[in-house]
Amino acid sequence: METALQTKIQTCYHCGDSCVDELIIAHDKSFCCAGCKSVYELLEENNLCTYYSLEDNPGISGKQPLAQARFAYLDDAGVEAQLINFKNDSICKLTFYVPQMHCSSCIWLLENLFKLNPGVAESTVNFLRKEVSLTYFHQKTSLRQVVELLAQIGYEPAITLADTDGKKETKKNYSLIYKLGIAGFCFGNVMLLAFPDYLALGEEVQRDYGRFFGYLSVLLSLPVFFYSARGFFESAWQGIRQHMINIDLPIATGLLALFITSLYQILTNTGAGYLDSFTGLVFFMLIGKYFQQKTYDTLSFDRDYTSYFPVSVTVLKENGEEESVAVRNLKVSDRIRIRNQELIPADAMLLHGTAMIDYSFVSGESEPVEKVVGEVIYAGGRQVGESVELEVVKEVSQGYLTQLWNNSVFSKNEEQSMESYANVAGKWFIIVTLLVAAGALVYWVPRDTSMAMKAFTSVLIIACPCALSLSTPFVHGNTLRIFGKNKFFLKNTSVVETLAKIDTVVFDKTGTLTEPSAAEVSYTGKVLTPAQEQSIKSVLSHSTHPLSQRIFHFIQGDTLEVQGFQEFAGKGVAGEVNGHFVRVGSAAYLGVNTSQEKDALKTTVYVSVDGVVLGYYTFFNVYRQGLKEVLQGLHIDKLAVLSGDNDHEAARLRELLGEEAELNFNQSPVQKLEYIKSLKNQQRHVLMVGDGLNDAGALKQSDAGIALTNSITNFSPSCDAILDATAFDKLSRFIGFSKKSMNIILASFAVSLIYNVVGLTLAVQGLFTPIISAILMPISSISVILFATLSVRFAARKAGL
Amino acid sequence: MFIIFLLIGISVTVASGFLAAFLWAVKSGQYEDDYTPAVRMLFENEPASKSGGTEPKKA
Repeated sequence: METALQTKIQTCYHCGDSCVDELIIAHDKSFCCAGCKSVYELLEENNLCTYYSLEDNPGISGKQPLAQARFAYLDDAGVEAQLINFKNDSICKLTFYVPQMHCSSCIWLLENLFKLNPGVAESTVNFLRKEVSLTYFHQKTSLRQVVELLAQIGYEPAITLADTDGKKETKKNYSLIYKLGIAGFCFGNVMLLAFPDYLALGEEVQRDYGRFFGYLSVLLSLPVFFYSARGFFESAWQGIRQHMINIDLPIATGLLALFITSLYQILTNTGAGYLDSFTGLVFFMLIGKYFQQKTYDTLSFDRDYTSYFPVSVTVLKENGEEESVAVRNLKVSDRIRIRNQELIPADAMLLHGTAMIDYSFVSGESEPVEKVVGEVIYAGGRQVGESVELEVVKEVSQGYLTQLWNNSVFSKNEEQSMESYANVAGKWFIIVTLLVAAGALVYWVPRDTSMAMKAFTSVLIIACPCALSLSTPFVHGNTLRIFGKNKFFLKNTSVVETLAKIDTVVFDKTGTLTEPSAAEVSYTGKVLTPAQEQSIKSVLSHSTHPLSQRIFHFIQGDTLEVQGFQEFAGKGVAGEVNGHFVRVGSAAYLGVNTSQEKDALKTTVYVSVDGVVLGYYTFFNVYRQGLKEVLQGLHIDKLAVLSGDNDHEAARLRELLGEEAELNFNQSPVQKLEYIKSLKNQQRHVLMVGDGLNDAGALKQSDAGIALTNSITNFSPSCDAILDATAFDKLSRFIGFSKKSMNIILASFAVSLIYNVVGLTLAVQGLFTPIISAILMPISSISVILFATLSVRFAARKAGL
Repeated sequence: MFIIFLLIGISVTVASGFLAAFLWAVKSGQYEDDYTPAVRMLFENEPASKSGGTEPKKA
């Protein structure tokens, strides 16, 4: 059986990864690592194997082992109190964000946590938000144990500094749904009561029931007027106070005219009023608002640096003991230990060990920077390699990154863009409407005063640009949905309009144009024999240095036993394989004179076997797939690249982006921000595409900031839109489609204008009757909704989205 | 024709009942998550799972 299994590449029963490096056969199943196997065993012991029958390979790879005492900070009462939502004598309730959640098996397992830890009373998953709400008995178990259990089965909750900052506002605002429900209820009933009018049931019915129906309708439309429609009046009033005319002003005028006329007619028993139209309009427009309000709960567009920071850090006490301490309580001169892949939370001085700091978050530099003992390391860097000891020199709140973030230039004041299409159209609408209404008044007053009043109010009513106000939310809402389906998530609908206006695109280089995890390796020098390659690979297999790892993966084949392996921090590695002495490392380490090398900026790693330098490996960035198509598809007049890296890739970028593009290297976060600012001062509409914390300021400063991320649930800097890296090749199509959807809005404006012209013609002649309003208003609303929805769908299909 | 008044009264009352039910549903958080419950109801109860002895918890 074993041999049969070996013939093809095995995939892990738990996580579905291919078992290349390691293959563990246990319980007749194959696992890629001990971590996956132990999770399986844990689940099997507790009869939880349904997990595997719901989805294929649902698990999360357990390859990264968990450090002991990692969650010790959760025992701290202060931290606990900040995380817990509710606590009484027996139970605690809290909600965790679990980004790893991805399938229905995950839901099932997380909701069956009580079988793994009897102290857990209940766990409920909100899949879209990737949250687990937990209730546990704090006498039977502790917060730390619950989190450790979650981490053990692969669902480590993301607990960051932002969580302990105080309770975030999780209460969702349901007022729109309430308004919609009430408007719908009243609309339906008023419509029912209006039937006798339309059917012309005769004088008798009208006389007997007309008044009763009328009063009931008034009663039913009061909540619509005072509650559901309040938003339109408030917005219009705000516009007036700021001396601005927005789309809500003509709407509010129309609604007011409609309601008052109806009230007057019913109370004086002179007519049936238009209350069905009134309630209907409010109902339809609220649907439009609801559609526009669609949000992506799972994504956070407004993160700051605290979301990146861990909650705790290992502090070394004087007696050498390790203790987990909340980052907030970190004091100057505390000694901290930072392990592989951990983030440095405060500016600190290196005391012990070799630090290889990956500053990609902060500066965008792709290669780790080496620091020697005594140097100060700024917060935000990630240690790669061995664990190091540091002494804190500044508190977290005083650190470089925190200061940078709190810099006022980083906060863009989010002014409401009043210049949206609908608002511009609204301005003209109200002018034309008032002119026409005044014209009707002037025409009728000498002839028939009652007719004059009727014509005047009718014009105001029919000109209510409800269709106009409907087209924008529906076009934008549908565009948002189509983008979402293609893994491009916008913060809100107004971003569509911003994207359509873009004429300048600025890219970050590292991680945005380039694939962050991949680097092309090329070898220059004497041709290596397969045996030499194998020995180099063997030596490198013992090193955790990122460059070693890249070369290790670049060379094919197996590894051999290495004797006398030595790693010289910051220099290179050495070891003996099959009697040959292999050294791999920097030029200085191997004694190569690099001053003659032309490309001193390139990252190079030299190799020597038995003291003879054979050649060197060079690393190149790998540009994202589809980059060429994106650049060709962008019809803009300026393209720029801002990179935190040095300019050794300049020639390749130039070739990719063309002669026109502006390339800027060695850019600090503040420089990036200033660059965007200067572009904006030239009246350009700037789109910034970035990925790291170093782009955060630029993303905020730009008109539209797109954060590119490999996993949408991962942290991304605050931005206007989040783009999944797999959809990067569609970027130009997204921008093109935004422009198209603006055209669709214009077209639906035209459609609604036709109705308004027909209605106005009738209104100025005084022919506007309840029956006409009952027909015209719903038809115009619904046809505009249909037109907007269908044409966006059609355009999307044509654009291949 | 008095019956019309009665009927209208009843119909509005019934409709108000539905409105109240809707408002209650929104308030009690049923509109908070419109995905997970649809998946959760498809999980089968394990036959004879003695360990817990409890029904799978519902939200």
